[in-house]
Amino acid sequence: MRIESAVHFAAALVFAPLLLGIINRTKALVAGRTGPPLLQAYFDIFKLLGKGAVYSRATTWVFRLGPAAGLAAVALALAFIPFGGAPALFPFSGDFLLVVYLLAAARFATVAAALDTGSSFEGMGASRETQFSALAEPALLLGIIAVARAASGAESLSACLGAIDGRTWAASGPALALAAAAWFTVFLAENARIPVDDPQTHLELTMIHEVMVLDHGGPDLGYIHYAAALKMWVLGALLAALLIPVRTGVWAIDGAAAAAGMVLLAVLVGVVESSMARLRLVRVPQLLIAASTLSVLALILLMR
Amino acid sequence: MHGVTDDIMAAMLLLNLAVLGTSRLTFCITLVAAQGALVGLLPLVSSSGVTLRTLILAGVAITLKGIVFPRLLSSAMRGADVRREVEPYVGWGFSLLLGLALLGISFWLGAKLPLPPAAPESAFVVPGAICTILIGLLVIVSRKKAVTQVVGYLVLENGIAAFGLAVVPDVPLLVELGLLLDVFVAVFVMAIIIYHISREFDHIDADRLSALKG
Repeated sequence: MRIESAVHFAAALVFAPLLLGIINRTKALVAGRTGPPLLQAYFDIFKLLGKGAVYSRATTWVFRLGPAAGLAAVALALAFIPFGGAPALFPFSGDFLLVVYLLAAARFATVAAALDTGSSFEGMGASRETQFSALAEPALLLGIIAVARAASGAESLSACLGAIDGRTWAASGPALALAAAAWFTVFLAENARIPVDDPQTHLELTMIHEVMVLDHGGPDLGYIHYAAALKMWVLGALLAALLIPVRTGVWAIDGAAAAAGMVLLAVLVGVVESSMARLRLVRVPQLLIAASTLSVLALILLMR
Repeated sequence: MHGVTDDIMAAMLLLNLAVLGTSRLTFCITLVAAQGALVGLLPLVSSSGVTLRTLILAGVAITLKGIVFPRLLSSAMRGADVRREVEPYVGWGFSLLLGLALLGISFWLGAKLPLPPAAPESAFVVPGAICTILIGLLVIVSRKKAVTQVVGYLVLENGIAAFGLAVVPDVPLLVELGLLLDVFVAVFVMAIIIYHISREFDHIDADRLSALKG
């Protein structure tokens, strides 16, 4: 374990909610509004943590466990995500499978808690969430395999993303670009951003993620918001490491480049959200299948 | 893998899948036009380099496939007053998966195919061309509209042109130009046929032609 890995891990825990603030600020700027303060996500989380929790008599321990388990799984996944050129906290060979399944475990906890309420409305959201994530997972995994292949067969996320530099891009640029496009689609879908899900909406026909957390309140809702921010950081760090191939070996420069990449990514999401409408629900699986297609194409290009 | 030819073939594969994926006819036509222009660029970046012959070939091919065909098709669409949606027999997601399967098959086939030893300069061209041909066939058989079938025919032709460039680098100029002329006439005739089908039957659904009694 290296000291910069620990610093990156701590930075992720602290700065993850800031991404939401940047996205909302970008959207407000494009729309010509002042918008909420950059730190609004922090204020919300702290406010929720200070409240008491109310539990329905119809729910069981599954409902109470859901938010905490989800947060724990996502925070654990963060320990395997490299940032910039620096390796993750605990890299090992094949850790990308663990990361994908930790994200799935977090989703399972949320879905189980949603089903535990017995509300048909939340069941609908849970059904949508599982359907879309089942389609997003192959796109992410195949994309990771393609990137690992481009990085001459490295087996851990840290090794393969650490090996992506200007030369790798020069050697297999088209395939890496395809994988990055697939990852970006997964990033939007998994974080419930606009072409897939609208984080602002409270209309039952269109909600996916928001539906499942309607019955949570107080600290539980705070955990859920924080876990969502961390998940955005996990997937965003992968994208930033792939798209910003700055590997000077000097830790400060690499880290600063990756951080700039994260900010740019948040601004990009804000621009996408301001310029696009939500897709119709039947179109969402098509978008995700297209993302998987891009990953497969990237993989095939690299197989030669 | 790298080099301009590889990049062009990768873009062609992407365009193939995009043709399978779009639901808009006009966008479909634009995609095929882009693909045709890419195929037209291939002789310029091939081993023979920029000569008068490749310049003429690329110029004629790009003008025809990139500009003339899309114009013809769009005007046929306007004349036939086509609804703008592609109507597939197989669903959108499924045809993309089929396209992926075809991609895999063509890469497998490209590795198996006995080729003249000197010919392919990029390991990509032969499987890419086979894939383009197969996806052209898929578009022809899986779509209802006559316009989309012409699009499929053009994709097929792009694949054949790419294959020819890869395997037989020095086809006489006359033969290549003759081929392009044939394609031009074919598309021209198809555009006229689309117009006539729609005038006779109020639609261009080629499926209903099979119900005609002789």
